Amino acid sequence: MTNSPLATYQPDQRALALIGGEATDANLRRYLHGIPGIDAVGLEARAADLGTRSIKTSSKRWAIDTIIGLIDLTTLEGADTPGKVRSLVAKALVPDPGDPGTPRVAAVCVYGDMVGSAVSALGSAHAAGGTDGVNVAAVATAFPSGRASLAIKLADVREAVAAGADEIDMVIDRGAFLAGRFGQVYDEIVAVKEACRRADGSMAHLKVILETGELNTYDNVRRASWLAILAGGDFIKTSTGKVAPAATLPVTLSMLEVVRDWHRLTGVRIGVKPAGGIRTSKDAIKYLVTVAETVGEEWLSPRLFRFGASSLLNDVLLQRQKMTTGHYSGPDYVTID
Amino acid sequence: MKFLDYAPAPESQALLNLKSDYGLFINGAFTAGRGTPFHTINPATEQQIAMIATANETDVDAAVSAARHAYDGVWSRLSGSDRGKYLFRIARLVQERARELAVAETLDNGKPIKETRDVDIPLVAAWFFYYAGWADKLDHAGVGPNPASLGVAAQVIPWNFPLMMLAWKIAPALAAGNTVVLKPAETTSLTALLFAEILQQADLPAGVVNIITGDGSTGATLVNHPGVNKVAFTGSTSVGRAIARSIAGTDKKLSLELGGKGANIVFDDAPIDQAVEGIVRGIFFNQGHVCCAGSRLLVQESIHDDVIDRLKRRMQTLRLGDPLDKNTDIGAINSAEQLARIRELSDLGEQEGAERWSADCEIPANGFWFAPTIFTNVSTSHRIARDEIFGPVLSVLTFRTPAEAVAKANNTPYGLSAGIWSDKGSRILAVADKLRAGVVWANTFNQFDPSSPFGGYKESGYGREGGRHGLAAYLKPAVRSGSRSIIAADHRTPSVTKKSASAGKKSVSAEKAAK
Repeated sequence: MTNSPLATYQPDQRALALIGGEATDANLRRYLHGIPGIDAVGLEARAADLGTRSIKTSSKRWAIDTIIGLIDLTTLEGADTPGKVRSLVAKALVPDPGDPGTPRVAAVCVYGDMVGSAVSALGSAHAAGGTDGVNVAAVATAFPSGRASLAIKLADVREAVAAGADEIDMVIDRGAFLAGRFGQVYDEIVAVKEACRRADGSMAHLKVILETGELNTYDNVRRASWLAILAGGDFIKTSTGKVAPAATLPVTLSMLEVVRDWHRLTGVRIGVKPAGGIRTSKDAIKYLVTVAETVGEEWLSPRLFRFGASSLLNDVLLQRQKMTTGHYSGPDYVTID
Repeated sequence: MKFLDYAPAPESQALLNLKSDYGLFINGAFTAGRGTPFHTINPATEQQIAMIATANETDVDAAVSAARHAYDGVWSRLSGSDRGKYLFRIARLVQERARELAVAETLDNGKPIKETRDVDIPLVAAWFFYYAGWADKLDHAGVGPNPASLGVAAQVIPWNFPLMMLAWKIAPALAAGNTVVLKPAETTSLTALLFAEILQQADLPAGVVNIITGDGSTGATLVNHPGVNKVAFTGSTSVGRAIARSIAGTDKKLSLELGGKGANIVFDDAPIDQAVEGIVRGIFFNQGHVCCAGSRLLVQESIHDDVIDRLKRRMQTLRLGDPLDKNTDIGAINSAEQLARIRELSDLGEQEGAERWSADCEIPANGFWFAPTIFTNVSTSHRIARDEIFGPVLSVLTFRTPAEAVAKANNTPYGLSAGIWSDKGSRILAVADKLRAGVVWANTFNQFDPSSPFGGYKESGYGREGGRHGLAAYLKPAVRSGSRSIIAADHRTPSVTKKSASAGKKSVSAEKAAK
C-alpha cells in the first residue's frame, strides 16, 4: 500500500487529498467518521494479551536499556526552578553514577521558560535534534489546558523554539474537538507546526498531545490521532500527565494502530509517546512489546517512540542493577533528580 | 539483536509429580486395568509421558457398578448443600493446583501454556464453582419443583480441551445428584487422572466419580452398558451418530455436542482491528481444535482485500513452537492422525482451486505441527468450506448483503457457532436472529462462561451444556400426581433430596412398565 501516490505528495497536499477538499469541519467530520470504529472490549483484550508476553534474560536486558534511551525525563511543576532543571539534566546525562555504561535518556521535557536553563545545563551534551546527546523538549500552547488565544499559544511555541527547544509538545484544543470544530483543531496544529520553524528554516519536532483522558472514548482517540497526523504532527502523544487517566496500554495500542495504518497508506512514519502513569519497568516492557508487535521493531527508536515519565527511570535502573548484580537493591541506590 | 525473537521463557515443570504408570480410578482408588496399557505422548516432542491403563468390559462393569452403588448408597441421599460443599472443595483444589494442571495439560495436549494457564484451567475452576452454587437450588433449574437426578451418567469427552470438557460434564452431573463414569480421550487422559487425585484430596465419597481410560472401544462399552441412565458425549459427528444409533430404544437420556463449521461474519462497518483479532482467536485459538471454531470467514466483499491484508500481517506475529514457552501462541497438533487429516483437507483445498497462504514460521523437527493457514477464493461448494478440518485452517468466503451472509452462514449441515462483527447494534440483533447456530458471538469469538448455555443445531448435536440449561440435561421432573402413593410410601426419609431422588428411580421403572 505504500506505493500509493499519496507517498509522493507534500504533507499539506496529502491531507487535503485524503480529506477531499479544504480542512473544513464538514470535510474533516466526513473523513474522521468514515474511519472504522473501535470495539473497546476487543481493544482492551488485545492490550491485555500483549501484556502477558514474558520478556526474560537477554530480551529483558535489551528492553531495559532500550527503555532508558526512549525516556523523555520530565519535570512539569509550578515549583520548577533553574536549579531543579539542572538537577534533572544531570540525571538525564548520568542516570546511574554507579555504572557509566548506562545509556542516556532521549530528552528532558520542561516548561517553555525553563528551556534556556536546560540548554545551558546540557552544554556540549545538547543533542540539538540529533542522536548524540540529550534533546530538550518543551511543553507549549498554554499547556496543560490549552485554554488561551491562538496568538498566545503561538508566542509560547516561538519563545521555546528560540530558546533552543528541539521538540515542542503542544496540546490540542479538546473543547473544540469535542464540540465538533475539527477545522479549528486542524488549523491550530498547522499554525503551531509553522511556529516550530527556526530562523535557519529547520523545524523543531512537533508532538501533539491529545489528552486522551478528556476525549473519553477510543473512537475519539482514533479520530484525534488521524486529525493530528493529517495536520502535520510528527508525534502523537497521549497525555499531559495532569489529567487522569493518562497513558494506558489500550489507548497507546489504538494510537499505534493509527500510526501503522498511516504508514501503510503513505509510507510516512509517525512517532507515538505515551505519557503519564507509566512507573515500572514491567509496564514499560509491555509498551515495548505492544509497539514491536503492532507497528514493528523499527519503532523502538527515540525518533519514533518515547516514554513521557519521571519516576519510571529509577525503577528501570533498579531492574538494571538487579540484572547486573543478581540481587535487588533499594531506592537509596538510585539517585533522585 | 531482534527484540521480537523473545528469549525463551519456558514454564517450569518442577511442580509436576507424574507417575510412570496410571491405573483406572474406580470406587475411589486407582486400580490396574485389565486391557492392554498404552503410552501417552507429548505431541510437541513425540516423547512418552506415562503409561495409561485400558479398561476392558470387566473394568467398565466395575466402574458402572461402583457408580450405581455410590448413587444408591451416598450421593442421592446427600442434601443439595452437602453436594455443593464437595463441588466447592473441588473448585478450590483445582485453583490451588492450577499451575500443575496447566503444565500437565500442555504436555499431554500440545496446546500453549498461556491458554491452559489463562483459559482452560480457570474455566475448569469456574465451572465447578458455578455448579456448586446450583446444587441446592435445583427447584429453579426449570424442570419443576423437586426435580430428580437420573442415576449413573456415562460421559465420553474429546482431546481438544481435556480437563475443561471433564468439568463441563462432571460439574452439572454431580450438582444434579448423579454419579459419573467418565472416559477421557485416548491421547489426553493425563489431567483426568490428576483430577482423580484431586477427588481423593477432596474426600469425595468413593464411586461418585469413576475415571476409566482406553480407546474408542472402551467408550463404546461404557455408553452401551445397561447400568447407565444418561450418556453425554462430546466429539465427532460420526461417533455421535453411532452412539445415538446404539442407544436408540433404551431409556438412556442422551446429549451430544458434536462438530461445527462456524461462520465468522465481518460486515463493512466492523471495528476492523478487533475483527481481525476475533478472526485470529476464532480459528487459531487452540490450533483450531475447537468444535465452535470460526473456520469459515464470511467477509463483506467491499472490505475483503483490506481485511485479508491486515489478517496476514497479524498472522506473521503468531509464534509457533514449544507449547511450554509462555510466549507461544500456536502449539502442537494433538496427534499424527489429526495432522494427517488437516494436511489431507488442506491439500484438497488447493486442488479445488482455493488460494493457500501460511504464515512464515519455523516448524520444529519433532512433534506434530501445522502453520496457521488461510484459504482465499473459497466457494461454498469446496470441501474446505463444508468439512470440519479441526485445525488452524481458515476458509475465506465473501458476501454482498446481510441476506447473503445469513444464507451462506446457514448453508452447512452443522450449527454450533457463529460470529458477527459490526458497529451497528440493530444489524447484529437482526442477523443473530436468523442464524441457526447454538452460540452467536457479537464482536467477539470463542468466549466461554459457565453461566452461558452451549450446544448445537442440526449435525452439531443436541442438548445444552452450561448455565441452567446444562443442569436440565441431568435432571427430570419429579413424579406427579399419579405416583403420589409412591412418594407417600417413602416418608421414612426426611430429606427432600432423598425423596425426589427415589421418586426419580421409581419413575424409571414406571416408564419401563408402561412400555
